Amino acid sequence: MSELRGIYCLWLREVRRFLRDRSRLIGSVITPILWLVIFGTGLRFSLSSPGFNYQEFLFPGILGQTLLFTAMFMGISVIWDRQFGFMKEILVAPISRTSIFTGKMLGVGTSAMIQGLIVLALGAIIGVPLGLYQLGMAIPLMALITVGLVCIGLILASLMTSLESFGTIATFVNMPMFFLSGALFPVSVLPLWLKWAFYLNPLTYGVDALRTVIMSGWQPLLPLQYDILIICIFDLAVIVVGTYAFSRRS
Amino acid sequence: MSYIIETSDLVKRFGNLTAVDRINLRVEKGEIFGLLGPNGAGKSTTISMLCTILRPTSGTATVNGFDIVRQAARVRKSIGIVFQDPSIDDKLTGRENMEMHADLYDVPRDVMRSRINEVLQLVELNDRASDMVSTYSGGMRRRLEIARSLIHYPGVLFLDEPTIGLDPQSRDHIWNYIRELKKQEDISIILTTHYMDEADRLCDRIAIIDKSRIVALDSPHNLKEQLEGETIVINSKDNDLFASKLAMAGLADKISTVDEGLNLSVKNAHTVLPRVVEVAAANGIYIESISLREPDLDDVFMHYTGRNIRQSSGKELSGMAAIMRRRIR
Repeated sequence: MSELRGIYCLWLREVRRFLRDRSRLIGSVITPILWLVIFGTGLRFSLSSPGFNYQEFLFPGILGQTLLFTAMFMGISVIWDRQFGFMKEILVAPISRTSIFTGKMLGVGTSAMIQGLIVLALGAIIGVPLGLYQLGMAIPLMALITVGLVCIGLILASLMTSLESFGTIATFVNMPMFFLSGALFPVSVLPLWLKWAFYLNPLTYGVDALRTVIMSGWQPLLPLQYDILIICIFDLAVIVVGTYAFSRRS
Repeated sequence: MSYIIETSDLVKRFGNLTAVDRINLRVEKGEIFGLLGPNGAGKSTTISMLCTILRPTSGTATVNGFDIVRQAARVRKSIGIVFQDPSIDDKLTGRENMEMHADLYDVPRDVMRSRINEVLQLVELNDRASDMVSTYSGGMRRRLEIARSLIHYPGVLFLDEPTIGLDPQSRDHIWNYIRELKKQEDISIILTTHYMDEADRLCDRIAIIDKSRIVALDSPHNLKEQLEGETIVINSKDNDLFASKLAMAGLADKISTVDEGLNLSVKNAHTVLPRVVEVAAANGIYIESISLREPDLDDVFMHYTGRNIRQSSGKELSGMAAIMRRRIR
């Protein structure tokens, strides 16, 4: 009971902080608009697209990107907590490290999901066809993807000791994961040596799954059930590693 | 068990640096116990071990009757801690920080609300409780942290440098709250400080720590009494010459040069003082001022370590750094 209450209050703190950060919320609306409207329109008219509308193709990718960036940055924000001392208050509290990890993960995950839902709503506004089926499939998928991404962020944070490494992570983790996920261009047309990098990226399967349920007529990389299976296995693995990483640190 | 904290040969090593070297102390129920020493002496490390944040390399201790290694979870539930560095979330309101703490420590929901109001009242923050902590001053944050550490009715309260980086007025305030706390709550308080006056005015007993070890332990009064001496503070036109002449005359046990002039440690100032003036007159040294001073804890520290506590300070920055960090955020 007390562990659940601990998890709850850590979750609540994370979500409260997220909702109060106005600039981030505004940014979360602006960034996908820039990608979808400017980048999307630009490429749509400069590429001879192979049978689909580029913006429609880009939309699931931008959903994935939003989840990735939010989950990663907020996950890494644990370093901030540590640097500014707040982590101490949590670490000396009589709750287990597993609960601390769980509370953080759920809190950051919820925040990333809120961002994702905002982008989903934006999509509906700019004319992406989103019916009940698409939403009913996409939202649980997004949650599944988010869990893994948040865990990566938390694990990285537990390995890092200073705020300086924050920018490094953005360059060496966020960007490659985004570019190598198939968010911006289809994987199937790439040369083999580059394809491997995509197959190693868990986000590739997330973006592929999102496209499968949102885009009509998308030729998936893998059948949906395999995508989901891979994401689930990945989630489980990072949850185990994350829990370990958190309990190890003193 | 009559002691609220009891340590036996507590040791902490980091690599080949010994941060805490066989510390033995017993804290009685209801007292304010101070760990006094320069920065880097091992005070915070000792506290961290007692709070179960750090595991001792060897030796052990009990807090509230629980073993700090084998019963860490029970120790945690029974203590309150105010860290040296700020540890509140300034993107939340004062009350939200409080509620979070109550949740973490599983304070029963039916008493939570009234208890939070009670402790906020104690530190006079109830009318600011709905404001974001980012709008609080340094002193207010400190008070909020003290209030927070009390929510779950701890038997022992640990205060690690409770007034570091605060202005004199805020320090005064905090001291008052700590005294008030001792009266109102059934609690024992253990605090670390490198401020002599803080230890002197607040603590029932203090342990002086230097270079990882306890060098003296008693009430401030007894510690000063044991020095059996007084200090004559004297300033002249030529302090160096005066010092050498006084040394030749053998009037003082010890002569040291300080900012204010010369410090003469003597057994009985009233009989020595006239002789000192004679020495000055005989050598044509012009005396600008003379005053008598009862020994303070600074002298006690000097007596046991041969150094002044301010000179032996390692990282005064930590307080400033803490303030800077608060700003940056």
